[in-house]
Amino acid sequence: MGTRKPTLRVVGKPHRRVDATAKVMGTTKFADDVALPRMLYAKLLRSPHPHARIVSIDTTRAAALPGVHAVLTGKDLPIPFGILPVSQDEHALALDKVRFVGDPVAAVAATGEEVATHALELIRVEYEPLRAFPDALDAVEHAEPQIHDYADAGNIHKLIDLEFGDVDAGIAEADVVREDLFFFEGNTHLPMEQHAAVADWSPSPDGKLTLWSSTQTPHYVHRALAKVLELGPARIRVIACPNGGAFGGKSDPFGHEIVVAKLAMMTGRPVKITLTREEVFYCHRGRHPTLMWVKTGVKKDGAITGMHFKSLLDGGGYGSYGVASTYYTGALQTVTYHVPRYRFQGARAFTNKPPCGPKRGHGTPQPRFALEVHIDKLAEQLHLDPAELRLKHLVPAHSLTANWLRIGTMGLGACIEKVVRGSGWREKFKRLPAGKGIGLACSSYITGAGLPIYWNAMPHSGVQLKCDRGGGVTVFCGSTEIGQGSDSILATIVAEVLGLEPRDIAVVTGDTDLTPVDLGSYSSRVTLMTGHAAIQAAERARDMIAPHAARKLELPLERIGFAESRVFDVERPERGLSFAAAVQLAEAAEGTIGTVGSYTPPPSPGKYRGAGVGPSPAYSYSACVAEVDVDAATGIVRVPRVWIAHDVGRAINAASVIGQIEGSVYMGLGEALMEEMAYRGNRNVVHKIPSLLEYKSPTTLEMCDVVTYLVEDPDPNGPFGAKECGQGPLLPVPPAVANAVYDAVGVRIDEVPITPEKVFKALRRKEKGEAPRFGPTAFPDIAWPEPTRVPPPWEGGDGKAVGQRDGRTVGQKPVSVDPRR
Amino acid sequence: MPDAKAKIALELNGEPVEVAFAPHKTLLEVLREDLGLTGTKHGCELGECGTCTVLLDGAPVLSCLVLGLACAGRRVKTVEGMAERGQLHPLQEAFAELGAAQCGYCTPAFLLTAEALLLENPRPARDQIKQALAGNLCRCTGYIKIYQAVELAAARLRGEPAEPARETLYGHP
Amino acid sequence: MLRLPSFTYLQPRALQEALAMKADAGPDGMYVAGGTDLYPNMKRRHQEPTTVISLVGIPELRRLGSGERGAVPLGACLTLTEVQADRSIQERYAAVAAAAGLVSTPLLRNMGTLGGNLCLDTRCNYYDQTYEWRKAIDFCMKKDGHICWVAPSSPRCWAVSSSDVAPVMVALGAEYVLAGPGGERVVPAARFYHNDGINYLTKQPDEILAAVRLPAPDGWDAVYHKLRRRGSFDFPVLGVAAWVQWDGARVADARVVLGGVASWPQEVPEAAAALRGTTLAPEAIAAAADAAYRPAKPMDNTDFDLSWRKQMTRVYVSRALAELAERHGITA
Repeated sequence: MGTRKPTLRVVGKPHRRVDATAKVMGTTKFADDVALPRMLYAKLLRSPHPHARIVSIDTTRAAALPGVHAVLTGKDLPIPFGILPVSQDEHALALDKVRFVGDPVAAVAATGEEVATHALELIRVEYEPLRAFPDALDAVEHAEPQIHDYADAGNIHKLIDLEFGDVDAGIAEADVVREDLFFFEGNTHLPMEQHAAVADWSPSPDGKLTLWSSTQTPHYVHRALAKVLELGPARIRVIACPNGGAFGGKSDPFGHEIVVAKLAMMTGRPVKITLTREEVFYCHRGRHPTLMWVKTGVKKDGAITGMHFKSLLDGGGYGSYGVASTYYTGALQTVTYHVPRYRFQGARAFTNKPPCGPKRGHGTPQPRFALEVHIDKLAEQLHLDPAELRLKHLVPAHSLTANWLRIGTMGLGACIEKVVRGSGWREKFKRLPAGKGIGLACSSYITGAGLPIYWNAMPHSGVQLKCDRGGGVTVFCGSTEIGQGSDSILATIVAEVLGLEPRDIAVVTGDTDLTPVDLGSYSSRVTLMTGHAAIQAAERARDMIAPHAARKLELPLERIGFAESRVFDVERPERGLSFAAAVQLAEAAEGTIGTVGSYTPPPSPGKYRGAGVGPSPAYSYSACVAEVDVDAATGIVRVPRVWIAHDVGRAINAASVIGQIEGSVYMGLGEALMEEMAYRGNRNVVHKIPSLLEYKSPTTLEMCDVVTYLVEDPDPNGPFGAKECGQGPLLPVPPAVANAVYDAVGVRIDEVPITPEKVFKALRRKEKGEAPRFGPTAFPDIAWPEPTRVPPPWEGGDGKAVGQRDGRTVGQKPVSVDPRR
Repeated sequence: MPDAKAKIALELNGEPVEVAFAPHKTLLEVLREDLGLTGTKHGCELGECGTCTVLLDGAPVLSCLVLGLACAGRRVKTVEGMAERGQLHPLQEAFAELGAAQCGYCTPAFLLTAEALLLENPRPARDQIKQALAGNLCRCTGYIKIYQAVELAAARLRGEPAEPARETLYGHP
Repeated sequence: MLRLPSFTYLQPRALQEALAMKADAGPDGMYVAGGTDLYPNMKRRHQEPTTVISLVGIPELRRLGSGERGAVPLGACLTLTEVQADRSIQERYAAVAAAAGLVSTPLLRNMGTLGGNLCLDTRCNYYDQTYEWRKAIDFCMKKDGHICWVAPSSPRCWAVSSSDVAPVMVALGAEYVLAGPGGERVVPAARFYHNDGINYLTKQPDEILAAVRLPAPDGWDAVYHKLRRRGSFDFPVLGVAAWVQWDGARVADARVVLGGVASWPQEVPEAAAALRGTTLAPEAIAAAADAAYRPAKPMDNTDFDLSWRKQMTRVYVSRALAELAERHGITA
């Protein structure tokens, strides 16, 4: 039958997104656009203390205020929750303790936001303040008072020590050994849409809850609601509205979602909450501030003999995704340039600030910044061109890394060549006039996490597909449209397989009542995982329809093709039926035409404890050249242009891929130059600037020109060969800018953001003959655990740790060792 | 009693409208809550992001800082008024065509700001577009597809046959 | 959503009507023009008037004089866009048009007025926060509290004058026309401001800033340079307005005024003194920049590190003066 695919008709072409018309007309319904009759409005009372015990809460005056329908405190929702099974440390409202300024303590539902706000002022909370920890160094140094009663040590939430081969011996073989320290400041997602949620309760005997929310992960919200509200999951429907930007900031279940659900159940009326911009800063879950130390040994030609990397993450007040974030700061150092022996030590501290979590690039932009600047310094020390050094030592395609990650296609070399040629690198590097500079950096990112957040053996993504006898096709999937274009990916892929146009496909997503589970829009997993599930469902539909068309056309099955909304003879295309007619034949014979598809990532070859973070079905690659103008009198850095090449495997929709890359460059530029979560450690650890005015997001006047190149080397693990593009291209931007600043004015800014003050200070140091550098000067002593020693593949390892008895890994049940290598 | 509802008449998207609302409400709140026009979005309510932009007597303004009462007798245009007779405005068409709307949340504001620009300057240079849009934040696109969409729409509004550049859709060779 | 508290909104059509409404409302009444300063403040509960009197419907406040003979009057309720885009202002008062065009964003400038920018509330990132945020630091003396967190031992508030246009008006020697219950009075721009973050205006609460009179172009030149993180949205962390009266190739008189470094537009007479009688040669510029650097006292309450901001005074004053020199045909 028609499995011969001469060319792709839809995939690979730029096409209008299926949600484009609604978005340009303003008819897309975001969570705050949902309004229900008799709806009440909720507001949260938040802690004014960074760290305190709650002694008492008196809500009587608030409850008595006319217009107030319900008041909630932590005691009403005592069951903890959290995104990771290992850190169920949040309460919808603080139970006995607050852990940052802005931690929610009580909630009110009233007839309007004004009344609810007034009611909050009538709630009396008595606190007993505790010593607060403003940053990770302080938390590492002081074990008491503990912010949480669980932790690997004192206020250190998580400690990791992994060694792949004898790193000290590897470094001893080097011609040159270099140590560097780096700091990456925390920053936040800043989606333009403030989080909102609306809950509706259908009372007994239905006892059914519906929640509309701006969430990237309706499935995880569903699970958290079931747990905390002690409702059967079948009694809960979570609808993920299209997100008005998310970038990782809407991927935790949030207290406010649980609060409106509870308030709706108590009042019997719909309840809405819309966070203010300041409250969005308190939700945070953004980039962890990360201090890093790296030591690498290299041969004269730049070949790495061993690398030792340490990171210290400032986690904020709760766990969130933090354990995974910590592993991610050590996971992907090995996937770009060959590292034969590698050691990673990572620690995450609890501090009294809003919790950090996954922001675009989750845990990897920080070490990527460190690594790419470190490599730039090594290249200079070795008198090698940084582009040549990288090209010479690329990780081979279809190989295993020291930490047992399986690399598929690897287009980094092609990416480097594109940006080197496009930018005129060879003519410009070290040759531009004073104040102008050019810098190169590369990166890689996962295309979907290999493991789910909670252990289960079920698919990561599911699709249902229904063919209407009128020829329409509806695809149902739990994935969430956060702006990245995931609805269009489903439509495109189904259209490709069934010979239709994307606009012929109706897409229903992100609704736990209507759609099969997809784990959510995070870890760049959606195109790959929903794509495979959609292909499977569509191919099954094709297989149901094709025999009936073949019979009608009196053709053997293998001569049936699907294209142009027709089912036809591939050898004489004019002979055929409309797709609708073919569906009708199939439906008459088989009954309703509906299929399902699902996807589970391949098992990972790493079997050691900690091997759960890093594996992915495929890795994307990017190379970036940034050009900078540095004003030596002020230290102000401007970036006029960036050249970026991205190995996307295959672009399902080229225009959307370019949009993701440009958006990644934008966010990377903001992180490189100006974005930071700043707190006043000496003033109650308040957030210094929780506003869109003072948190500096680049405007049109700061954004650089972007020259984008797509590198397409289809990966066998990707749908039609596709790999991710929404996160990876952010990663090389900060180090490329840092390297360019060095090329321009000869100072190293080993810290992000690269602000004028830092450049100015480094330039003054240079003038005085001091080290021309701005950055951290020490990494604290941490009592690391005994390392988990895992021999790398080339030392005869089997993916297990030395002395490990079973195949148990973090969050993973024992699995057999993958025979493929 | 200041909370008693006030009623005003205005021209909204080309039609006369009367609306009653609590007198301290901003135009943003009146549009979204009292008129059901949720196409106008909000990101800060303090004039710090441009997300709530609407046209007031033809000029793009921040609806979060305009009092509803100040709009009596005036002309307000929101994104809902851009398409006419079932036809998208050329700016809407170009934004959709190029993917200048990703999450779509800031899109209505960009469209209206750009519409005001093109009425004043039918042939804006790239720098003029950047200046005109410098009060609208977008976190998704890096603005580039937005500039390209404004340029494409401008050309079409001038009656020139215009298609997107190849590298806009496929990247550079 | 952040919302306004409830209040009574009045829309007078004449100056006298507005003054009468204010008299009726008493201390709980406030004037508003563009609303871009007052409404955010009201949403954050900085100002809590029960009566708000809009000035934008008063035609006499929106006049733009021709000024063909002598001083040019600008109505205080002209929008910043109107001031920025007016051809005659651009030609004769380029620094005023430029400063107006550097305020915030195009959207805000379509609403915000000249008078609003000149009366802009002083800013501080301990103050420009919501009520709930300010509660977490137990408030500050500018609103609801007792201490200045920027300088805890200080008896006064150190909130920063953040207007772009005000330093230019002081540098130009403009005059402000105030309308009050007792009639009209005219004050020099410099005397309109106090170096106090709370009582930063000499204007009485019931007075209306009605117009600004700009001096007739007469052999003087002025520039305004602004330092901020981004090319739009941001308030100045440093503004430099420089004015020189030329006498041939020599500087007959000069004024250098800094924005963003004190609670008022900070005039630096020492810098002016360093310029008088010179040809704006690089040494004179360096001396003036050095003189301006010394009194600049940025505090830790805006964007950027304060020591860097102080350092930048030198750079920005030099650049502003160099531009004036260059425009006068003097090359370094």
